[in-house]
Amino acid sequence: MIDLVAVGFTRELGPLLTAIAVSGRSGSAFAAEIGSMRVTEEIDALRVMAFEPIEFVLAPKYLAALIVVPCLSIASNVCGILAGGLFMFFSTRLAPALYLQYVLSSIQLRDVASGLIKSLAFATIIVHVGCLEGFRVQGGPDAVGRSTTAAVVKSTFLVIVADVLFTAIFYFLGMH
Amino acid sequence: MAIISVRDLVVEYDGRRVLDGLNLDIEQGETMVLLGGSGSGKSTLLRQLLGLEHPHSGSISVKGIDITRCSQADLKVVRRSLGVAFQSAALFNSFSVEDNVALALREHTALAPSIIDLVVWMKLAVVGLAEFSHLHPQELSGGMKKRAAVARAIALDPEILVLDEPSAGLDPIVAAELDELILLLKRAFQMTVIVVTHDLPSAFRIADRIAMLHKGTFLAVGTKDEIRSSENPRIRQFLDRVPGKLTEASAVAASIERYLQGEEVAR
Repeated sequence: MIDLVAVGFTRELGPLLTAIAVSGRSGSAFAAEIGSMRVTEEIDALRVMAFEPIEFVLAPKYLAALIVVPCLSIASNVCGILAGGLFMFFSTRLAPALYLQYVLSSIQLRDVASGLIKSLAFATIIVHVGCLEGFRVQGGPDAVGRSTTAAVVKSTFLVIVADVLFTAIFYFLGMH
Repeated sequence: MAIISVRDLVVEYDGRRVLDGLNLDIEQGETMVLLGGSGSGKSTLLRQLLGLEHPHSGSISVKGIDITRCSQADLKVVRRSLGVAFQSAALFNSFSVEDNVALALREHTALAPSIIDLVVWMKLAVVGLAEFSHLHPQELSGGMKKRAAVARAIALDPEILVLDEPSAGLDPIVAAELDELILLLKRAFQMTVIVVTHDLPSAFRIADRIAMLHKGTFLAVGTKDEIRSSENPRIRQFLDRVPGKLTEASAVAASIERYLQGEEVAR
């Protein structure tokens, strides 16, 4: 049971839940921000000022996501495992120190590494889908609303698909 | 030699021809006003001149470089000689006014920060916004946004200044101030200025030549006096502000009749 919580969170649930939350929070924000910039001609202004909008708008967000999403995944892992400890304490009176000992003995570095590799892939998906939807906005403010919805739906779906693919790859590579 | 040459420019959207074989030469140092009603193709032509869209056919040469066929690197070189103030101002909302003006200086020049600050102050002083440099775009009035956009457009001392509907949405006094600013900039920096507008008083105040667009073609290209004395019925209708047929009762009735018969309503 404790193995399941610890390994399940570090390999799967931590990165996946984090990615879904970031997709809803930041993927939509990226699409809305860039979509608004399209509507207000700010993207055109960047282009005529001889800037490359991809470098100027997407690159900083991508860099930030590559740093923050793995960090949030680790925070998510810690919170999930602590919540498991609380549940075990209140349901079975298992001592927290003993729970922690079980957790540390069941987690391996490769579990954490595979979770972090996934979170990097999820960050890539979230930023690129959000920004692409923003860049595709044409027309007025209603198009911005549609792009934010599309960004969340598509990035959440692709994150789940990527999770399945990574789990399969890690399984066949013997990392699980 | 013309600094901008448009040759046989055709632009189509979804098979609908928006610009139909335009030819235009803009000489160095002149102020060319692209005049025309709503939907005449002014903004489309402007986007073509800025290289923001590709034409169906034809060519546009800016400083001898055909921007419809050149590489991205050449296009960037051309764009560094352009200063553009968009209709919506298009200021970056997350930046202050001074950061908006400083952006191109920071990215495209090797000037020291103190020199950049000085240049930004000078550009903002020219447009009368020096004391508002720390404000963000959302804290500015419509006229101030337009002036800030002009300050950003002239940050790199461009050879060609492009202004899209500079007086749109402004009261007559602010619009007149902006006209005087354009004239001042042209005198001070010897820029080639291209202005897209449908504001007649503004056009006749600032233009050296006027190109009159209607349904994607030029009705006339000439000096202010030539346009003013034109006998072309469309130009006269535009200059004399004569309402079109769409407002006549018979035209409305015919339009409704066609709609009821399932035909597309004429636009």
